[in-house]
Amino acid sequence: MSTDEPLLRVEDLRVEFPTDDGVVHAVDGISYEVAQGGTLGIVGESGSGKTVSSLTTMGLTRAQGARISGRILFEGRDLLECSEHEMRAIRGNDIAMIFQDPLSSLHPFFRIGSQLTEAVLTHRSVSRAQAQARAIELLELVGIPDPPRAVHEYPHEFSGGMRQRAMIAMALANDPKLLIADEPTTALDVTVQAQILALLERMQRELQMAIVIITHDLGVVAEIADDIAVMYAGRIVETASARTLFAQPQHPYAWGLLRSIPTLSGPREAELVPIPGTPPSLINRPSGCHFHPRCAWSQPDHARIDPALEDVPGEPGHRVACLLSVQERRRTWSELKAGQAPP
Amino acid sequence: MSSAQPLVEVRGLVKHFPITRGIVIQRKVGAVKAVDGVSLEVMRGETLGIVGETGCGKSTTARLIMRLLDSTDGQIHFDGQDITRLKGAPLKAVRREMQMIFQDPYSSLNPRKTVGSIVGEPFAIHGLEQGKVERRRAVQELMETVGLNPEHYNRYPHEFSGGQRQRIGVARALALKPKLLIADEPVSALDVSIQAQVLNLLRDMQRRFGLTLIFIAHDLSVVRHMCDRVAVMYLGQIVELGPNEALYDFPRHPYSGALLSAVPVADPSAPARERRLLSGDVPSPANPPSACRFHTRCPKAQERCSQVDPVLEDKGSGTLAACHYPLSREELEAMGVRSAR
Repeated sequence: MSTDEPLLRVEDLRVEFPTDDGVVHAVDGISYEVAQGGTLGIVGESGSGKTVSSLTTMGLTRAQGARISGRILFEGRDLLECSEHEMRAIRGNDIAMIFQDPLSSLHPFFRIGSQLTEAVLTHRSVSRAQAQARAIELLELVGIPDPPRAVHEYPHEFSGGMRQRAMIAMALANDPKLLIADEPTTALDVTVQAQILALLERMQRELQMAIVIITHDLGVVAEIADDIAVMYAGRIVETASARTLFAQPQHPYAWGLLRSIPTLSGPREAELVPIPGTPPSLINRPSGCHFHPRCAWSQPDHARIDPALEDVPGEPGHRVACLLSVQERRRTWSELKAGQAPP
Repeated sequence: MSSAQPLVEVRGLVKHFPITRGIVIQRKVGAVKAVDGVSLEVMRGETLGIVGETGCGKSTTARLIMRLLDSTDGQIHFDGQDITRLKGAPLKAVRREMQMIFQDPYSSLNPRKTVGSIVGEPFAIHGLEQGKVERRRAVQELMETVGLNPEHYNRYPHEFSGGQRQRIGVARALALKPKLLIADEPVSALDVSIQAQVLNLLRDMQRRFGLTLIFIAHDLSVVRHMCDRVAVMYLGQIVELGPNEALYDFPRHPYSGALLSAVPVADPSAPARERRLLSGDVPSPANPPSACRFHTRCPKAQERCSQVDPVLEDKGSGTLAACHYPLSREELEAMGVRSAR
C-alpha cells in the first residue's frame, strides 16, 4: 500500500432498504476518505443516513436485506466484496465501533472483564490469563479506577461515563486502525462528554488510529475533527476541513445548522434562526435538490435540477452540492454573518 | 398584593426517596437525597434556568413545585399561597395555574388519542369549554397559536414529527392559560434544526401570555439563550444562583466553572484551550460527601470544605455561590473559560 493511499475510501456508496411502504434511500451515493490517523466528522440530523453508512462499513447492514452498491476500500481492499467470514476477522480487529448507548451495547449478564477478554480472544491466539491481563491493561488505559476490581463488575454497576469508557476499551482491544464512533457522547453529561472526547484524542495520538465520528453536535466535531462531511437526506451536501466549514460554509443547510444553535459567546438576545420545516422522508424525497423545500434561497428550477457535489473554485478540498453560484453563496454567507440578510 | 412578590417561593425544599430492604416487611435502610435543601424564588414573568448533570435533582425539584411529588420537608409558596400540603379541590385549582412540558414528545402524548382530545383534555378535566363546538374552536385556536395546522385536529401523534409533537405538548400546557410553565429538557430529544423552532416558540409564548418559565436543561448554551436567572445544581443542592450575565461572565463556584469549561465550542479556529476536566463521576446521592458536596472532585478543595457546609452567599460579582474558596478571574481563565462578553 502506498503511503498517500487513504486508510478508508468510500466510493459512491448506496444503501437502500426495500420496505412495504417503498424503497428507503438511506444512503444515496456518498464518497469520502479518511487518512491514516485522521479524524472525519460526519454531521447530520436523524435520518440523514450517517449511521447507516458506517454500519455498512462494518458490514452490519447486510443481514437486513439492504441493497448495497459502490465500494468501501479499506487499505485498498473492498469490504463489500468480503465474505461474512472475512468481515468477522476485520470487525473488532482492524475496524472497531462504539455506539451511542453504552448500556444497551454491553451485555448485562456478563462481567466487564469477560466481555473484554472475549474481544481479545476472538482475534488473538493468547491464553485466557493473558487476555485477562490485557483486559486490566485496557481498563487502565481508558482511565477506569482500580481495574483489577472493575473487571469483576457488571455493566449496571458502572456509571454512564464508565460504561462508555469500557466500550472504548473493548473497541481498542486489538489496536484498531480505524475507530467508528457513532454519537459516542450524546447520552452523556457535558463534563463526562469532555472527558470522553479528551480520551479519544489521547488514544488517537498514542495509537495512531483514524476516527470517524458521527454526531449531530457541531461543537463536538469542531473540537475533534480534521475534516467534516455534512449529510442531508442520504447525501453529503458539503465537505471541507473543519476550519473552512465553520469559517466559510457554502451550503444553505450548513448555514442553517450554524445559525440555529445557541452559543456561549456572542450576544444573548440574538434570535435563533431555525431551519423551517422538517427533514424529508427517505422514501419520497423531494425532487431536484433535496433541500429545496426548506431552503430560503431556492429558485423555481431547483425543484428540477439535482446538484452534484462539486469543488468550490479556489478552495482545494472544499466540495459542495448547491445550485447557487459560488459568488452568490459567498456573498450570502458574509451577509448572514454580518446579520444583514433576511432569514 | 405587590407585583414584586415572587410567583414561586421555595424554602428549604427536601426530598428523600427511601431505600428499602425486604419484600413483606420493608425496612428503610437509607435514602436517596434527591433534593436536599433547595431555596429559590421565581419572579413573575421571568425565566429561571436550572442546570446540572444527570441526577442532580433538577427534575425532582420541578416535580415538587408542581406537587407531582410530596416533599419530605420545606415549603412551597405559589402566588402567595402555601401549597406544600394542599389536597383535593384547592390543589386542583392551583394545578390549573401551572403546567409542564416534558422532554420526550414521543412518550408524553397518548398514542391512542387524537391531537384534538389531547389538547382538549385540560378543558375536560377542569370542566371548561363544555360544548362540543366551543371546545373544538378553543383547541383549534391553541393549535394555530403554537404553529400547528388546525385542520390536523383529528390526527394522531404518530402522524407528527418530533418538533410538531413538542408543539402539541406546548398547546396542551397553554390550554388553561397558566401563570407558570415548567419546561423539563424540552428540546434535548429534538434534532438541532428543530430545537431552535421550539425555543423560539417558547419565547414567543412567554412574551404573548406573560408566562413565568422554569426552564430545566443540561445544555448550558440553551440555558444561556433562554433564561434571565440561572441556578446551578449539584447533588440535590443549589451551588450557584444568579442573573444570566453575571453567571456566564464570571461564575464563582468551581463546579459552574467546570461545567462551562466542558462545553464544546463550535469554532475550530478558536485558540486551543487548556481545559481542566473534572475527574471521576458524580458521587451517589444516597451517600453524598460531607459538608461541601463538591469537595471530592473540586480542584480547590481544602480541609475546611469537608468539615464546614458552605452557605449560598453573595461573592461580590453578582451571583450567590456556596463555596469557601470561590474562583478568581485568573483561575477561570486557566480553566479555559472565555468570558461571555
